[in-house]
Amino acid sequence: MSASSTAEVPFVPKTKVGRITDFVDERVGGSGILREFGRKVFPDHWSFMFGEVALYSFVILLMSGTFLTFFFDPSMAETHYSGSYTPLTNVEMSVAYNSSLNISFDVRGGLFFRQVHHWAALLFVASLGVHMLRVFFTGAFRKPREMNWVVGGVLLILAMAEGFTGYSLPDDLLSGNGLRIIDGVIKSIPVIGTYISFFLFGGEFPGTAIIGRLYVLHILLVPAMILLMIVIHLFMVVVHKHTQYPGPGRNDGNVVGYPLGPVYAAKAGGFFFIVFGVVALMAAMFTINPIWNYGPYDPSPVSAGTQPDWYIGFVDGALRLMPGVVNDFHFEYIIFGHVLTLNVLLPALVPAGIIFTVLFTYPWIERWITKDNREHHVLDRPRNAPTRTAIGVAGFTWYCVMWAAAGSDLIATHFHVALNDVTYWLRTLFFIGPIIAFMVTKRVALALQRKDREIALHGRETGRIVRLPHGEFIEVHAPLDDYKQYKLVGFESPSPLAAQPNEHGVVTPKEKRRAALSKWFFEDRVAPATPAELEAAHGHGHHEAIESSEEHKSLSH
Amino acid sequence: MGNHSDGSPNHSGTVATAGQNDVEKFQDPGLPPHRLRLADTDPRAAKRAERQVAILFGISVIGTVIFLVSYFAIDLHTDGSIATIRNQNLLLGLGTAFAMLGIGTGIVHWAKALMPDHEVSEERHAIRTEEDRQAAVRIVEDIVEETGIKRRPLIRNTLLGAVALAPLPALAVFGDLGPRPDDKLAHTMWAPQDGKLKRLTRDPDGTPIKASDVTIGSAFHVIPEGLNELQEGKLNAKAKAVVLLMRLNPEDLTISKGRETWSYNGIVAYSKICTHVGCPVALYEQQTHHLLCPCHQSTFDLTKECKVIFGPASRPLPQLPIAVDAEGYLVATSDFKEPVGPSYWERDEHERLINS
Repeated sequence: MSASSTAEVPFVPKTKVGRITDFVDERVGGSGILREFGRKVFPDHWSFMFGEVALYSFVILLMSGTFLTFFFDPSMAETHYSGSYTPLTNVEMSVAYNSSLNISFDVRGGLFFRQVHHWAALLFVASLGVHMLRVFFTGAFRKPREMNWVVGGVLLILAMAEGFTGYSLPDDLLSGNGLRIIDGVIKSIPVIGTYISFFLFGGEFPGTAIIGRLYVLHILLVPAMILLMIVIHLFMVVVHKHTQYPGPGRNDGNVVGYPLGPVYAAKAGGFFFIVFGVVALMAAMFTINPIWNYGPYDPSPVSAGTQPDWYIGFVDGALRLMPGVVNDFHFEYIIFGHVLTLNVLLPALVPAGIIFTVLFTYPWIERWITKDNREHHVLDRPRNAPTRTAIGVAGFTWYCVMWAAAGSDLIATHFHVALNDVTYWLRTLFFIGPIIAFMVTKRVALALQRKDREIALHGRETGRIVRLPHGEFIEVHAPLDDYKQYKLVGFESPSPLAAQPNEHGVVTPKEKRRAALSKWFFEDRVAPATPAELEAAHGHGHHEAIESSEEHKSLSH
Repeated sequence: MGNHSDGSPNHSGTVATAGQNDVEKFQDPGLPPHRLRLADTDPRAAKRAERQVAILFGISVIGTVIFLVSYFAIDLHTDGSIATIRNQNLLLGLGTAFAMLGIGTGIVHWAKALMPDHEVSEERHAIRTEEDRQAAVRIVEDIVEETGIKRRPLIRNTLLGAVALAPLPALAVFGDLGPRPDDKLAHTMWAPQDGKLKRLTRDPDGTPIKASDVTIGSAFHVIPEGLNELQEGKLNAKAKAVVLLMRLNPEDLTISKGRETWSYNGIVAYSKICTHVGCPVALYEQQTHHLLCPCHQSTFDLTKECKVIFGPASRPLPQLPIAVDAEGYLVATSDFKEPVGPSYWERDEHERLINS
């Protein structure tokens, strides 16, 4: 509605929608915001949807979780089951477990909401993770978005905390064993570990306090923090405007995409319902966390093949991979009369610590190495930043090895191999997996860049095979149009930046290290094709083309 | 025209050398021309898309009806069997899924087929003007300057000290979250009470075990006598006291010095709580005499006093000294001689305390 108003004639909206808009605007003054946002341009790409999935699954979590709180009772008092699931009739259990069973069996739709909640939680952390991978591999964390990347990392940690606290609430056998593992890990912390354990559980494990405490964290504190972080995250997205993939007409000075209203809003809004629909479909058809099969928590039994929810898997896997005894060396040893339990402490803290430290600091590390202080709004195609892509895949591989280790027993039983061998292999991969992944990924990225260069200079393969008179077969290549070609050549390929003296004319050792890293980062590179090279290739190709077309004619006689 | 047609190997994949970066670049051809969709040019296609969107919204209505019907028509109070619950869950879920997917796909289809799909380009403005930027830095610097905090280190340092200490009360109030650990982890229910030795009883029913009932190769899950009768802290006591009881050929057992009287006729009892992070070591491999923890696969060799032979545990499972009482029932002659379960900072101290 862009009706222009003049000074003499007071502006009167002509349509009903216009009148309502004007009514609201005259009272709350939102016209400025509407002008800013109503037609704000958002770039479109399928990979931008992961963040949306995360946001939407959080909304689904809030809705389904609220329903669950109406029926859940986080008490660890003892009771005897009398609900409609007969196999557990009269079994002694906590009120929390009892109410979880009632939600599943005696509240209409309760099971459905429990499953929606659990599936949405798994999806929430998964989509956060994939979104962060997308941001990493496309270089979207670069200036000015470093702080938003950090907010994203905080969100990932909060999501895992939220997931774990929720997982423990039903007080079933599986989650109880999960808590027991957490207790064991906490007790391994030097000096204060035992105290933290006693304070957390309100005394000895399991006590009668932990479920109520986790409940408050799960439904109040952590979700509030997640919400706050989401608000900050989205606010910064608005401030920065969205990044865009490289392509014709796109540069660091513009945003190309659809206006928010109506197309982008419709697509993004509609996508919420699609995410909800898919989660509902999963909840309808696939059982998740059948707590009634596990029974109430009891410190004595445990079932084989126990697994944490997937996002805790990498920590559990690290715990499994660490040997407690190597030859005769015990990783648990006594120092000044106190016990240092390195076989628990190291795997529980170090891998996760390394992953999150590198994750949080990476934007600054890369900025320091490249000395690149410019703003970047156009994304990198992952192949065009081979070293960064390789670092990312190496980290991802490391994570996956630990994650796979959390299922080492299931791998062994499913593939009929020895459990010990699975562990030995995974221990090996823990060390060499990331290195192999780094080398392979870097080579693949460089090869893809070469392929792009090849296509830019010589055109695409048409699949048309022509036989020349002297018997040679050739495949005809077709040139690209300007737009496709620009996509393949329009990127930066920085070269290593040699060490530079500081203002006193001194090349510091730190600067030398930076230069060495810069060399490592950019040494192997494939430069984008240039017009001059294309010219050269054309001259060469042109000649051949005439020749071949002449031959072609003579063939068709 | 630009056909690469001589079949010779390509040499375009040269690795560029430094400096090649400065070579002239391709010009940005600008946004590709907008292509009209079928629905933009053909009114019938537009009408068809309109109908499709309406059908998708209609499917959503059907989904909502399915949900409501299955919610009200299936009454769990008349038939609460698992099959009914499963069917209701399926129908509620499918109803919701159709209701949501109908709306979602309908709107997206509407947006993609019928709403204007012109990509537009918008200028990116700097986050702030250069003027603002300098002003902001100056303002912050001026504010810091006016407080004089740099010139008055006494104020700065005392403030830092005060602020650093102020949260301590907040930490202290957490002190009542739980009792002090003291030596609680050092003791279990197995300690003899008033001179009476505790019998080993079956988990979970609490019936005592006669030594003659334990045949070679059998294994029992054991709890101490009186555990089930505890009014309070039953799970806490159980979490420390559960024991695995097995009988092997006495000659298979390697018994170290000081433990000669801890077993009876090849019957041995070990703590079931893993020394790694506390899962129950619930799997007994009868043939190999290995105990395996299903959580992290720590493996203990029963014939070697539960020494760790694989996995992340570092310490053997603690052994419970057992004997037989006058009626032939198995009893614990004392508590464990070391703290059970996962290690903790004060563990060694506690072990010395137990044995002093």
